[in-house]
Amino acid sequence: MQFSHKKIETNATLLMVLSFMVVTIGGLVEIAPLFYLQNTIEKVEGMRPYTPLELAGRNIYIREGCYVCHSQMIRPFRDETERYGHYSLAAESMYDHPFQWGSKRTGPDLARVGEKYSDEWHRAHLANPRSVVPESIMPAYGFLETTDLNMKDAGEHLKANQWVGVPYSDDQIANAQADLVAQASVDGAEAMLARYPKAQARDYDGHPGRVTEMDALIAYLQMLGTLVDFSAYQAEANVR
Amino acid sequence: MPDIQRDEISGTETTGHEWDGIQELNTPLPRWWLWTFYATVIWGLGYTIAYPAWPMISGATTGVLGWNSRTQIALEQANAKAAQASMVSRIEAASLDEITKDADLLQFAKAGGAAAFKVNCVQCHGSGAAGAPGYPNLNDDDWIWGGSLEAIQTTLLHGIRYAQNPNTRDSQMPRFGVDGILTPVQIVQVTEHVLAISGQEADAAAAQAGSVIFAENCAACHGASGEGNRDLGSPALADAIWLYGSDRVAIAQQITDPTMGVMPAWSPRLDATSVKQLAVYVHSLGGGEPTP
Repeated sequence: MQFSHKKIETNATLLMVLSFMVVTIGGLVEIAPLFYLQNTIEKVEGMRPYTPLELAGRNIYIREGCYVCHSQMIRPFRDETERYGHYSLAAESMYDHPFQWGSKRTGPDLARVGEKYSDEWHRAHLANPRSVVPESIMPAYGFLETTDLNMKDAGEHLKANQWVGVPYSDDQIANAQADLVAQASVDGAEAMLARYPKAQARDYDGHPGRVTEMDALIAYLQMLGTLVDFSAYQAEANVR
Repeated sequence: MPDIQRDEISGTETTGHEWDGIQELNTPLPRWWLWTFYATVIWGLGYTIAYPAWPMISGATTGVLGWNSRTQIALEQANAKAAQASMVSRIEAASLDEITKDADLLQFAKAGGAAAFKVNCVQCHGSGAAGAPGYPNLNDDDWIWGGSLEAIQTTLLHGIRYAQNPNTRDSQMPRFGVDGILTPVQIVQVTEHVLAISGQEADAAAAQAGSVIFAENCAACHGASGEGNRDLGSPALADAIWLYGSDRVAIAQQITDPTMGVMPAWSPRLDATSVKQLAVYVHSLGGGEPTP
């Protein structure tokens, strides 16, 4: 019998079933290998889940749409590594839900902005980017400094991440709010630092005794790309 | 075979589909387009054989050319490093003074320093190194911690008030207002004195009273006549160059609750030769001082 699309095109259910099959095959071929191919699930030393304060900062980063102009992925090209540092590894986004790679760079890439500038620079820059970079076109975010951080749901944010696979312990979730305050304080962060190795605790926003959205965002920016120790990383061993 | 139907007007075959008496033409694709399409399919297949592409059970095909992005960038970095190796090793071996006396080394160091400056320094010191409020201008000869090659190199290596570096340059200005060391009236008076010694309009009587307070509280670091002290990073006050503003309000604010700038240490973020090149570059901007 001569094949005719007519049968498919005039039968909505059949068309739907067949379309679904085509999309399924395409999806399986494109997505499934990412779950078992070794170079997409490479593990590196040093990665840890975000602290509650960093996670809150990350939520502000997403809320304010920072990703619209800033990418967080250094591509493996020499010009990029000369400017931004070691190219990004997939594992560096392993606790990102969702990841912030992006491809639009109106501003610079931020994958390794952590510890590059002082907190004070970040404060001045976020409050008014023109005060430190006259040619900048970035909007001002001065209100972050005067807005208290909503801390009530710190534990819930950790729990939500736990549900999607981030290995937060119950201990970390139970202490989320306390850890959040501790990281933005000058003293008393020992317990937090024990739960989150390599975290930094200090008053980020220049207002001791107050946890603002500025604290959270700067804490997040200051840790970006700082977790992996690249002097111990063997790029050649991971060439596949 | 169904009957081939032709459109009466154009003479083109139709698809046989008909809606409300309107028939769909089956105009063939232009040949050149079709053959180009087939060619790209064949080229695409060849590409997936030459380069990493197909996901298999235990890994993706690696491609017959053996290319991968990590090897590629490692090669490019190695090539760039090799191209600069002889100059970099000469810079490494030379002292800062020797670099500035050798035309080749000086040119290389200035170019390398300018590149590193654009990546690491412009965010605070400005793309033309002219600074911003709180971040010093590097083009002039008013140095806070010293403007010789060695002094600039030390600042670069260890930073300023950068807690993570044990050898960082460090000094603290007391919070004269917040900590109640001076009364508000005394702060007004010493502000007038600072305005006076920096050549600005000031209330003479208040400045007179302020000069006494200055001698007791400020002169130890900023010098008897406000000339500053580079060992302590105390800026000169008797000039027209200001880090946090020259007006009455800015000066009073700085005495009441001083802002003290932080500069990150660039070691080990940058290697020693890059820091040397940066020192030479910054020194060459206009205000560089001879080695003492």
